[in-house]
Amino acid sequence: MTTSSYRPTPTLGVPFGDPEPDPRAEIYLRVQASPEFQEIRRRYRDFVFPMSLAFLAWYLLYVFASTFARHFMAHRILGAFNVALAFGLLQFASTFLITWAYARNARAKRDRAALNLRWETQEMFR
Amino acid sequence: MTGPHLAVAAGHRGLTGLLFVVLVLITLGITVWASRNSRTANDFYAGGREFSAAQNGLAIAGDYMSAASFLGIAGLIALFGYDGFLYSIGFLVAWLVVLMLVAELVRNCGRFTMADVVAFRMSRKPVRTAAGAATIVVSIFYLIAQMVGAGTLVALLLGDTGGSAQTWTIVGVGALMVVYVTFGGMKGTTWIQIVKAVLLLGGAILMTLLVLWRFHFDLDELLHTAAHTSGHGQQFLEPGLKYGKNLTSRLDFISLAIALVLGTAGLPHILVRFYTVPTARAARHSVMWAIGLIGTFYLLTIVLGFGAAAVLGSDRIRKSNAAGNTALPLLAEELGGGPDTFGGVVLLAVIAAVAFATILAVVAGLTLASSASFAHDLYTNVIRKEATDEKSELRAARLSAIVIGGIAIGLSLSAQKLNVAFLVALAFAVAASANLPTLLYTLFWRRFNTNGTVWAIYGGLGSALVLVLFSPVVSGGTTPLVTGVDFHWFPLENPGIVSIPIGFLCGWIGTLRSDEEADAAKYAEMEVRSLTGAGAY
Repeated sequence: MTTSSYRPTPTLGVPFGDPEPDPRAEIYLRVQASPEFQEIRRRYRDFVFPMSLAFLAWYLLYVFASTFARHFMAHRILGAFNVALAFGLLQFASTFLITWAYARNARAKRDRAALNLRWETQEMFR
Repeated sequence: MTGPHLAVAAGHRGLTGLLFVVLVLITLGITVWASRNSRTANDFYAGGREFSAAQNGLAIAGDYMSAASFLGIAGLIALFGYDGFLYSIGFLVAWLVVLMLVAELVRNCGRFTMADVVAFRMSRKPVRTAAGAATIVVSIFYLIAQMVGAGTLVALLLGDTGGSAQTWTIVGVGALMVVYVTFGGMKGTTWIQIVKAVLLLGGAILMTLLVLWRFHFDLDELLHTAAHTSGHGQQFLEPGLKYGKNLTSRLDFISLAIALVLGTAGLPHILVRFYTVPTARAARHSVMWAIGLIGTFYLLTIVLGFGAAAVLGSDRIRKSNAAGNTALPLLAEELGGGPDTFGGVVLLAVIAAVAFATILAVVAGLTLASSASFAHDLYTNVIRKEATDEKSELRAARLSAIVIGGIAIGLSLSAQKLNVAFLVALAFAVAASANLPTLLYTLFWRRFNTNGTVWAIYGGLGSALVLVLFSPVVSGGTTPLVTGVDFHWFPLENPGIVSIPIGFLCGWIGTLRSDEEADAAKYAEMEVRSLTGAGAY
């Protein structure tokens, strides 16, 4: 018998082949349940879920207006410039604005906390 | 009279050809440089993850703004006025989905492909197979549309109507993209996309300034002239000329608009770009750069499209190409001083070269994403069951780039006489119906499981394909793929309005119908990793 072919006999009481509890899994579950993480997640979701619904609704409103409310869209504002062109340009403006607001929110509300939690979690892996 | 005219035309072709050769040499130079700096799988798939946010933002813009955007949207505006502008907006607004719901989380959860994220907490094999299949289908559709478009475009620009230029362009572009990807990997592809984005924006800014100069920087004068010259009057500036004919065409546009706004976040070649930056914050900043660049580009396109209508008039544009794809090259020629002038020749050649660079960069990105998925998802994780090393995985990736390139060339050659413009819209529809539901459920729904994933992908993919198969695009429409028979029963050309809800519904039902409990620990890992980056690659 060489050492390389040696296999430990399964101990009674521990079912053979049952995986060891993964220490990483426990750490992730613990971190997920921590108030710090819950706060980061809440701040993320509180911003992106309503904002996503809002911009999708705003975009759909524009698409429906362009296909079904053409008289309204044809209304002229100044010279050749009409409501349709204004509405389209407002879609550009709102996209830029929401991008800026999202970045500001992330920076102010969760970047620092997320980074701290990252280092703390990775410390636990050591 | 014909003598000097032909001489000038030949001069334009010579200059255009010269610029094409210069571009090919530059991109091959980049490829050689990148191949010397690519050794590991990390280099090949993710460009070493060391690009800056600004570089990646430029590359994303370069990956996203296809020749269809540059020439197609400007052409649509030139011919249909406001409706072309309306079409372009979905491509921009879509980036908010990417920014807020996808980019950072995907960066932290995945490694090399979209399937990495989707398979994260599920049973690997069936999910990888499904996600890999969806990735390859979306990329190949997109690729064929780009390559056939490239063939048509180069033939038009070089003034060849015999069809041999088109064939050779498809073969040449296909060969180039295989070389870029097999040797340059993600590093080479990214730099090609950066160069292209700079050229494209530079070209668009130059042309916009020339248009504005011509109209004394008076936008109202530009709009008035465009409306007048188009022959449609004020209607040219209102919605309805293209998408407002009847109820079906309106619903068709709404279906398209929904697919555009939701599809971008599910395009595999866009998702893999987030792996090239070191952190989730860098991924966020790269999307912000991309939004700025893409938004600016579409704003410039509005001026260019209305400018083409105002300067050239619809008849001249239609006579050159019925779909309006040559409106911008014609405009360049006119703004440079006219067809027989030195300025006209130079500007036309420059814009043609920009369009060519655009095509090369987009096809390279698509080939990379699909071959990465084939090697990493299907070969390594499904066929070899992870029993492979990095070297043989890389060999498989390079080999699959060659195979996918060959398939794309073959399909494009056999489709070159067909109207394949619908394939881009179909790629977006599949991405929105199969990939987006799967990604969102994976990232945000704790109970989502393997069965749900497989149902969502195949349900979304299958419904989009089946609906298009029985749509007027394939049979019974104005320019159908098959003529002589009419087996269509789905009235719309764009399946999104039906297939996207089906994709979401399938994911939900598939999850509930399975007894499989979602892995709580894996979901915890995914959530913590996605929002903090702990444990991310």
